[in-house]
Amino acid sequence: MQKFVNDPSKVVDEMLEAYVKVHSDLVSPTENERVIKYKEAPIKGKVGIVTGGGSGHKPAFIGYVGRNMVDAVACGEIFSSPPAQMFYDAIKEADGGEGVALLYGNYAGDNMNVAMAIDEAEDNDIEVKKVVANDDVPSAPKGQEEKRRGVAGEILMWKVGGAKAAMGASLDDVITAAQKAIDNTRSMGIGLAPCSIPEVGHPNFTIEDGKMEVGIGHHGEPGIEVCDLEPSAKIAQRFCDVIIPDLPFKKGDEVVVLISGLGSTPIMEQYIVFNDVEKILTEKEIKIYISYVGNYFTSLEMAGVTCTLMKLDKELKECIEYECDSVGIRQFQRK
Amino acid sequence: MKKFTNIEGAIIIDKMILIIQENKQYLSDIDGLIGDGDHGINMNKGFTMCREELDKNPGDLAHSAKALAKILIMKIGGSMGPLYGKLYRGFAKELAGNEEIGLIEMGAALEGMLASIQSISTAKPGDKTLMDTLVPAVEAFKRAISEGQNFVGALEEMKSAAKSGRDSTKNMVAQLGRASRLGERARGVLDPGATSCCLLLETLADTAIELLRK
Repeated sequence: MQKFVNDPSKVVDEMLEAYVKVHSDLVSPTENERVIKYKEAPIKGKVGIVTGGGSGHKPAFIGYVGRNMVDAVACGEIFSSPPAQMFYDAIKEADGGEGVALLYGNYAGDNMNVAMAIDEAEDNDIEVKKVVANDDVPSAPKGQEEKRRGVAGEILMWKVGGAKAAMGASLDDVITAAQKAIDNTRSMGIGLAPCSIPEVGHPNFTIEDGKMEVGIGHHGEPGIEVCDLEPSAKIAQRFCDVIIPDLPFKKGDEVVVLISGLGSTPIMEQYIVFNDVEKILTEKEIKIYISYVGNYFTSLEMAGVTCTLMKLDKELKECIEYECDSVGIRQFQRK
Repeated sequence: MKKFTNIEGAIIIDKMILIIQENKQYLSDIDGLIGDGDHGINMNKGFTMCREELDKNPGDLAHSAKALAKILIMKIGGSMGPLYGKLYRGFAKELAGNEEIGLIEMGAALEGMLASIQSISTAKPGDKTLMDTLVPAVEAFKRAISEGQNFVGALEEMKSAAKSGRDSTKNMVAQLGRASRLGERARGVLDPGATSCCLLLETLADTAIELLRK
């Protein structure tokens, strides 16, 4: 394992210590050193947006804290859900009096810790509602969508929820929009090489050279198939064959395309994958409204990419193109 | 009918803290074979924080269990924090207000443990989780009560059911949690949660028996 590390048990703390120094124009530390907030939060009269999860997915989750995006984030240990206290402290930091929308991904630990944090918030008269992202198609079959994990589609959920809250919407309207965002989003990952948690020191699974794992999860959860590595065009076809019929995305739809690297795949290769996905979508007459390519939601140094599509309507389009500023995503006024 | 007082019973949590501290490395080592390798680290973190809390604010068994529950739920995170937190909360809730703890009170507390953890987890025996230890242990205690055994007898039955429950995970393939990605490779390794749960239930039984023999 070749890593830039001092004490493997302190990687998250040291990263956060640096993060608030580097991005002091955008974020502030809070009393809880594992909770980082947008420097203007809480914003009076605005619904607060909170997320959180295990660390190791940078720029997620912390990178999406910012203006018209996430107000506060709870940063757990590597790949391990933050405790209820941390989620609750993030809720407190984000609460501007109009309630808090907790938008996070579907994992057992996060579900349990969030539920207990919401109980605690209720006891302290903060209204909290949640949306649980479940965009990872291969993680459970159609009909069992509630079992699917949340992956890179979470970013689009935060973007929509963050914009809606910034527009002055009520908590219920923010929740409805964020839920609509994730309901119209589908993702899939393909892994080429595993990653190592610094404290463990070795990969917790393997992908042999020349092979790829189709449908891999964000922590190395098993995919649906391990097969020989294929050219990018064929990989793009696999993404589309799984994602498009699942929603389904249809001729004439307008979509967001998000290709995210999983950590060590060069961005050049991510563009190659995008190119192949774009060709398939164009052929199917699915119109790309806006695209993102880069390391948006990673898994330490895992090699691989995720492909995410989101079907837009008027409201989602307005939210996606709404101005925002964060480390992970920045949107200027579109002309 | 033999009983011990709720205040005397506080030593049960003291001993549970010790057993987790002593087995920190062992629990992380077996977790490293099929999981993240942090089970011992996280458990030790929570139980040691509870030690510090109890040194400042000691009380009876129900109080100690409640303090442990609160720390595990609020401070530890992952899946094990809330799961063990709920387990101890259910245990504490049933014991609270009892001056003395006998066979019936302990039976209710063990059932409270199980009901509480089941309110947030759907895991069942056979899934290779701590339920493989907890469910048969609680059932064995209940069965011993219905068969008319005394408190010590029921504790012994619970302990032996916990051990065989833990051992049963060795030949299972994980159905839930991170280890499920390993498929057949998880076979042959004890489940870390089932192992820590067994250590805790054994400590509960041994310490209670010592109290009853005083």
